[in-house]
Amino acid sequence: MQLFPCPFCGDRDEREFHFAAEAGKSRPDTTGAVSDAEWATYLYAQRNDKGPVREVWVHLTCAELFVLERDSVTMAVLRATPLRQDPA
Amino acid sequence: MTSTYSAFSILREGLRGGRGWRQAWRSPDPKPAYDVILIGAGGHGLATAYYLAKRHGLRNVAVLDKGWLGGGNTGRNTTVIRSNYFYPESVALYDLSVRLYEGLSKELNYNVMFSQRGMLVMAHSEHEMEMAARHTNAMRLNGADAELLEADGVRKRAPLLNFSPQARYPIHGAVWQGRAGTGRHDAVAWGYARAADRLGVDILQNCEVTDLIVEAGRVTGVETTRGRIRAGVVGAAAAGHSSVIAGMAGQRLPLHSYALQAFVSEPLKPVIDTVAFSPAYGTYFSQSDKGGLVIGGGLDRVPSYGQRGNLPMQEAVLSGLIEMAPMLGKVKLLRHWAGIVDVTPDSSPLIGPAGIEGLYINCGWGTGGFKAIPAGGYLFAHLLAEGRHHEISRPFDPDRFAAGRLIDEGAAWGIAH
Amino acid sequence: MTGRRIEAGGLIDRAARLNFSFDGRNYTGHPGDTLASALLANGVRILGRSFKYHRPRGPWGAWFDDPNAMMNVRLGRDELPNCPATTTALVNGMSARAVNAWPSAAHDIKGGLDLFHRWLGAGFYYKTFMWPNWHLFEPSIRKMAGLGALEMSGIEGHVTDRVDDVCDLLVVGGGAAGLSAARAAAEAGQGVLLVEDHPELGGGLYRRGTPVDGQPPVAWVAEQRHAIEAAGGRILTGTTAYGVYDHGLVALSEDRGFAKAPRLWRMRVRRAILAAGATDRPLTFANNDLPGIMAVEAGLEFLGRHGVLVGQKIALASNTSFGDLAAERLEAAGATVRRYDPTARPLQGIGRKGLEAVRHGRYRYDADVLLASAGWTPLVHLWRHAGGKLRWSDALSAFLPGDPPEGMAAVGAANGTFDLDHAVEEAGCVATGTPLPQPRTRYHIAPHWPEPGGEGRQWIDFQHDVTLKDVEQAARENYTSVEHLKRYTTLGMASDQGKTSNMAGLAAMAAIQGRPIPEVGTTTFRPPFVPVPMELYHGTNRGQQFHPLKRLALEPQHRAAGAALGEYGGWLRPAWYGENPMTQAIRDEALMARQTVGVLDASPLGKIEVMGPDAEAFVNFIYYNTIRTLKPGRIRYGLMLTEGGVVYDDGVIARVAADHFVISCSSSHVDGVTALLESWRQDGNDPDRIFVHDCTAHWATITVTGPEARRVMRALDLPVQDVPHMSFCDAIFAGRPLRIARVSFTGDTSYEMSVPTGSALALWQAVKEAAEGRGGGPIGVEALSVLRAEKGYIMVGKDTDGETMPHDLGFTGPREKKKAAFVGDRSLHTATANASDRRQLVGLAVEEGAPALPTGAHIVTGGERPASQGYVTSSYDSPILGRPIAMALIAGGHARLGEEVTIWHMDETRSATITAACAFDRQGARLDA
Repeated sequence: MQLFPCPFCGDRDEREFHFAAEAGKSRPDTTGAVSDAEWATYLYAQRNDKGPVREVWVHLTCAELFVLERDSVTMAVLRATPLRQDPA
Repeated sequence: MTSTYSAFSILREGLRGGRGWRQAWRSPDPKPAYDVILIGAGGHGLATAYYLAKRHGLRNVAVLDKGWLGGGNTGRNTTVIRSNYFYPESVALYDLSVRLYEGLSKELNYNVMFSQRGMLVMAHSEHEMEMAARHTNAMRLNGADAELLEADGVRKRAPLLNFSPQARYPIHGAVWQGRAGTGRHDAVAWGYARAADRLGVDILQNCEVTDLIVEAGRVTGVETTRGRIRAGVVGAAAAGHSSVIAGMAGQRLPLHSYALQAFVSEPLKPVIDTVAFSPAYGTYFSQSDKGGLVIGGGLDRVPSYGQRGNLPMQEAVLSGLIEMAPMLGKVKLLRHWAGIVDVTPDSSPLIGPAGIEGLYINCGWGTGGFKAIPAGGYLFAHLLAEGRHHEISRPFDPDRFAAGRLIDEGAAWGIAH
Repeated sequence: MTGRRIEAGGLIDRAARLNFSFDGRNYTGHPGDTLASALLANGVRILGRSFKYHRPRGPWGAWFDDPNAMMNVRLGRDELPNCPATTTALVNGMSARAVNAWPSAAHDIKGGLDLFHRWLGAGFYYKTFMWPNWHLFEPSIRKMAGLGALEMSGIEGHVTDRVDDVCDLLVVGGGAAGLSAARAAAEAGQGVLLVEDHPELGGGLYRRGTPVDGQPPVAWVAEQRHAIEAAGGRILTGTTAYGVYDHGLVALSEDRGFAKAPRLWRMRVRRAILAAGATDRPLTFANNDLPGIMAVEAGLEFLGRHGVLVGQKIALASNTSFGDLAAERLEAAGATVRRYDPTARPLQGIGRKGLEAVRHGRYRYDADVLLASAGWTPLVHLWRHAGGKLRWSDALSAFLPGDPPEGMAAVGAANGTFDLDHAVEEAGCVATGTPLPQPRTRYHIAPHWPEPGGEGRQWIDFQHDVTLKDVEQAARENYTSVEHLKRYTTLGMASDQGKTSNMAGLAAMAAIQGRPIPEVGTTTFRPPFVPVPMELYHGTNRGQQFHPLKRLALEPQHRAAGAALGEYGGWLRPAWYGENPMTQAIRDEALMARQTVGVLDASPLGKIEVMGPDAEAFVNFIYYNTIRTLKPGRIRYGLMLTEGGVVYDDGVIARVAADHFVISCSSSHVDGVTALLESWRQDGNDPDRIFVHDCTAHWATITVTGPEARRVMRALDLPVQDVPHMSFCDAIFAGRPLRIARVSFTGDTSYEMSVPTGSALALWQAVKEAAEGRGGGPIGVEALSVLRAEKGYIMVGKDTDGETMPHDLGFTGPREKKKAAFVGDRSLHTATANASDRRQLVGLAVEEGAPALPTGAHIVTGGERPASQGYVTSSYDSPILGRPIAMALIAGGHARLGEEVTIWHMDETRSATITAACAFDRQGARLDA
């Protein structure tokens, strides 16, 4: 059981969280032209980094999304930032 | 030297203290260049090398691994072999694999112990029975064997399961595939390694790829912990680390890596003669020839490259197991472990070009790569040798995502098996 | 007779007598005995048989480091398989049987297998059994393999009790080092938990028997215990730390007695000190597996803890300085001890079913027991679980804890500090963070490892019958990596998980290859440290608490009304009511609802509030359908898609005000839809301008549907004039708020009435009574399924699959016309989305008089090899139409209305005609009848 730091609720059991997506993706403006490749990249391509990662997680019990920086090998938690304060 | 395996050779070697057994494979030094370099000496990489040499006459081939051969997911899985898929593309792929497995021990002269003991996929309600009927019909139409069993039929095949109507998920029936079963996972890697080695393939263990050499927009070789090696073409069969390899050439794949756990109990006298899987309980299990119960379930919750599992999924899987067969609560767990699996958005594999010339991928098998080893190798070898897809691998090209042509088997049963 | 109980000493209670049996013979022992110690005290030497060759075996170790004495143990009605005799505390009335031996361990008919050993060496099965087929051999091999048989009944009350807890410092191991560390830390004010796997504290002190700080072990241990507890420390005995997981979680298994499930402690620790000790590793020599050959420390453990002298003429072969102490102890207890230096010349065990003599070089000496040790191996398993590194010590001939994992330290024998006083000192320093004294050691070892090419059969793995020759063969065949060696020979894969075999195995490989041991490396240390019952992971996560169901507020009323309850989308709901058989009951309810009125508990339907200045644009983005144009007070049907364009949910959206919507999604998707809304709200929108709140559980919903529905509403004095189809109004019922929505999932006039859960009962009773007064009554989910299928209304997940897009269901408008962006929009325009052979939703009509189509049947092409073109997703006998109806997803179905198609089900075919999905009241006249 890993402990993840919800920026609002503090350290909680990993079962209260859900991995949402890799951080830093933005949705193409679909009111304009979006190519198949652009759309597929947005939907499916992943960095899937080994080592430090930036991910969006949701704390299911308080429903807040936040950016979690952690290490995908050691499982060390590096930092948690509320999504609305995330500069990226 | 004794190089062919048989009852007779065992008899002879037994009499002379086994001193004549030949090496199963060599430990060669890397050559400066190969026609084909395969990254990852797991089942898929080794099988690819074997079929390249055997079917396509390409023998100047090397298989590289950062550790020992068969040490990744090939040696960590729960050994289930089956082709009980829904879509025709999937059945074509996985049934090719089952058929190759059926002749594999003799072909490789190595007993991979493919035990066609059958597999049950439980249905726990009338609604699930309807879905099971849809699935059974699909398999049969697509040329795989399947039967829809009522509860009594399930009881005959696995009497230890919990048939109580009070069970959390009462058993209404199951989809049965009789040709499914289990194999000896290490033996598959070793058998292919030995056969490929005999055909001249160099298996380079402890030879980690640290970078890809990209020249003029093309992958032309690899940098390794044992030096630079040139290649006509590079094929990556690196499972959970495929994103890392593709990343060396600046490519992003539609993959997430997760830890998938597996469990084995202390050895018991036979208690179950088939593979039993319940999507609702989130657990499946079978019994190895040695007697241990081999147990698996879903992915861990957290994307991970850490080759170890965590308690939440252990509790989920083993609770499901005991709900499924309550007497197993008193059986002791001997060990648990995890492998890193690469999961695609539609739970179907990626076989094809990696987005840069000279680099091809065979990955994305997610939770079920072991069962696909012979087909994965067969088809990947075809692609690498011919430069174009075999018709069975064509639908699994990564180009399906841009075309929206997903093969979403995950939606069907949605669990590792 | 070789072993015997001595007059005094040990931790056993000689005053009490326990009766037990082994392999059908009766024996007695004392409280404080294990099965193994009691059997040894009774002079029994053969406690088991090996896995492969069925060689007779006595215990090698005295605790978890014994792979040999495995038993099925019964107490009363309960039997457990594969109990190690060395760790199973003796209980009066136990009957034990050696596993994998028949009729007994002493006389096992399969013992003859040993004669064929030369053909059954490492990996022989990979080389044969291929012709004609593995299946021919496998069943008999399976029967031969396995250890104990499993009794196929559960044990009553075998339920793990789970505790979540935290501590500042966890000390693993209650020997001298662990006790000292725990005491020092507790006295320094840390919150300490000390765990010890034996029932008693003291660890290795009893086998040494020497005073600590001038006190006898028992007194010293008692003093430490008192001091730890007085300082606020906690102690758990009989408790094994069996796994270390991420973020400081250590799993502890607390023994609660035979056939009782252990208690699981999920202990979150800030810091851990590993004081788990070390074990003797076996000496590798010819016939080193004979009963009577055991670890030096096992001999002393049986003596010091259980008061059992394991032999009378004891040969002692040890390459460490600890041998001196051992010999002294045994002699003092009355044995004659003769010491042999295993490094001087080869040893050999002599005897058939047990040790009779020892050959050392050219000389033969009689002995009934040989105590052997090739040195100590620190127990570093938890260190490795936590990610700590190991380092090789030439001085100690052992792997020791190296670079530490975060928050963990090792002390005492686990850290290679083998001298007692040094260990105590080190433990105190580490616990309190005081600087360590210079490392020094009196312990001395003359390295001794397996010697390749040696004479005779020399066992490396006792349980699995792996010998030095097997390792040599594996090396010859190039299975030289330590993992290949393990897997090819099965070395280290026995139930002791290599605790006795791994070091010798990798040392043998190192010697064969002429490489240093650390270069060969170790295999992975995998949890659990010792085998634990799988129940440990189960606990309260059982029965109805395994994936708990959501329950209706009105469940008692449904039960009282005779409901058959079933699981639908995670809710326990009435499937149908009454005594009639299922088919009849469903039919009657469906017909009743069409003819008069049906009352349905629809409470699980989602009720998610979306509010705020940006709510309109937000909901418009979330839904496929255009919501922007929806007027307050009105309701619209909508589909929610994934970004991949696949239909995820369908439901209705009610607009309460310009900035306020209520989303009513399907009952099984409430959590998913809420999560999806939250995720889009916060990622891509200004979260301060949209508010999402799921209040599904706050409201109960009761639906009345049918031609009499309006009259039922009037009878309750509820407004019906003001609510045309697809609108809603607020009203008051029994003094509480009520929302009436005119939406229909049946095609008949329907009113969905939602009240705060607390008012559900009153509303239900009133509605039910009014309906029954008009020939109607409650209907279950099954009848509703029939009614909606008659209308061709989909159930997402049943009539759609993982590929269905809205245009496949006939909802083409927004895909073509909606200007604003919406979830999944771009995915509706890929080549695949535009294909003409997409599976589309249609109806199917059967031939006159034919029965209903099986749900799950496929629609196929004709010809030799039929191919699937889709499948029947819903199929029922429609009572109101008097004929079967069906819905199906069929390739290009929308363009094929009227076409006769072949239906394929389990190799049998019949025909049906493609129709529109809606089979009943196609004009929709009844909606507002």
